[in-house]
Amino acid sequence: MARPDKVAFELVSPERLLVSEAVDMVVVPGTDGDFGVLPGHSPLLSTVRPGVIDVYQGREVRQRIFVAGGFAEVTPGRCTVLAEEAMPLSEIDRGAVETSLRDAQSDFQDAKSDGERAHAERRAGLAQAKLDALKRNPVH
Amino acid sequence: MPSLKDLRNRIASVRATRKITAAMKMVAGAKLRRAQDQAEAARPYAERMERMLASLGASQQTLAGAPRLLAGTGADKVHLVVVLTADRGLCGAFNSNIVRQARRLIQDLVNQGKTVKIFTVGRRARDQLRRTHRDRLIESLENVGRRQLAFSDADGIGRRLLAMFEAGEFDVATMVYARFRSAISNVVTTQQLIPVPLPAAGAATGDDLGGAVYEYEPSEEAILLELLPRNISVQLYRALLENAASEQGARMVAMDNATRNAGDMINRLTLTYNRARQAMITKELIEIISGAEAI
Repeated sequence: MARPDKVAFELVSPERLLVSEAVDMVVVPGTDGDFGVLPGHSPLLSTVRPGVIDVYQGREVRQRIFVAGGFAEVTPGRCTVLAEEAMPLSEIDRGAVETSLRDAQSDFQDAKSDGERAHAERRAGLAQAKLDALKRNPVH
Repeated sequence: MPSLKDLRNRIASVRATRKITAAMKMVAGAKLRRAQDQAEAARPYAERMERMLASLGASQQTLAGAPRLLAGTGADKVHLVVVLTADRGLCGAFNSNIVRQARRLIQDLVNQGKTVKIFTVGRRARDQLRRTHRDRLIESLENVGRRQLAFSDADGIGRRLLAMFEAGEFDVATMVYARFRSAISNVVTTQQLIPVPLPAAGAATGDDLGGAVYEYEPSEEAILLELLPRNISVQLYRALLENAASEQGARMVAMDNATRNAGDMINRLTLTYNRARQAMITKELIEIISGAEAI
């Protein structure tokens, strides 16, 4: 089998196809640790934890995308990430996220049913993950 | 014989109706386009998820301890029928067709001695099924995706179903919805949701893996445990999108027919009106002439 020289990277959310392009390397935050995908990677299925996907062209990071968990499928020529929510890291607004974290936490306190509580908890977790991602990867 | 004034009034009112139906047709057309685009945009995710499930399922079928969502509860007693319809009418037989199919399914299941529970999404399903199956209806939602359907809407329903499944409230879940085929046709479809039917494995990935086998991180079971609930939400999302597109298509056709009917009716009424007017003039003339001759 010919060794492909690019990875066909696709990032899909339930609502639409977000990214579809040929890139040199992708670093995906897997549940068991980050993994880099280069052309010719062995087939892999992994769950993805909330974190940042780095897309490399050449040796440079071309795109940094925050994902809120999901799944990744890797074959020698392809890397597909199914994300629940995704947005470029640079578009995350720290203030808005902090507000939504506080909102979610107070909703959690006031929640009347288990369903509401679980919903608030999920939102809080998501906001926390965004904040963590921002902290670890300061935007210049 | 209605008077001239009555006829004039009727013509005016049918004209007004035609204006409304014509406008509704245009609105439905615009919404249809949007719904179709949305359904189109959601397709890649569903396709890729199916591919993953297929490759996972191929190895899972032989495994004994498959998750309950895949293997079922081992019983086949309690069936949950999830009926998806629109909230609003004026879309021809769209809602009735779905409900009719659901009724048939429910009747079949009841005849087989199963316990049937009904979960409706959309006001029309609730209203129609409440009449005949009030005691079976356990939950109904409406105004789902009123403005625009978001994945979180479908996800909410999916979680609800999962919670009920975990609580042992049913063994098998089936949903009934209209699959979109074209603007003028849709097909009422019955699809099993839980236990998750596996897409046929085999040529699933479409990739040449060079004989290599997938590695799983953290493990096959862990991925499957996360993937299966998601898949239910994705299936629901897809069904809701298809339903929304079908609804708008059906409404467009219904309103087109209504507009045409109104046009025909206006023509007929106008003809009657003109005849009556002519008859009146003739009558008056005769009266004048015979009056003049009498002198």
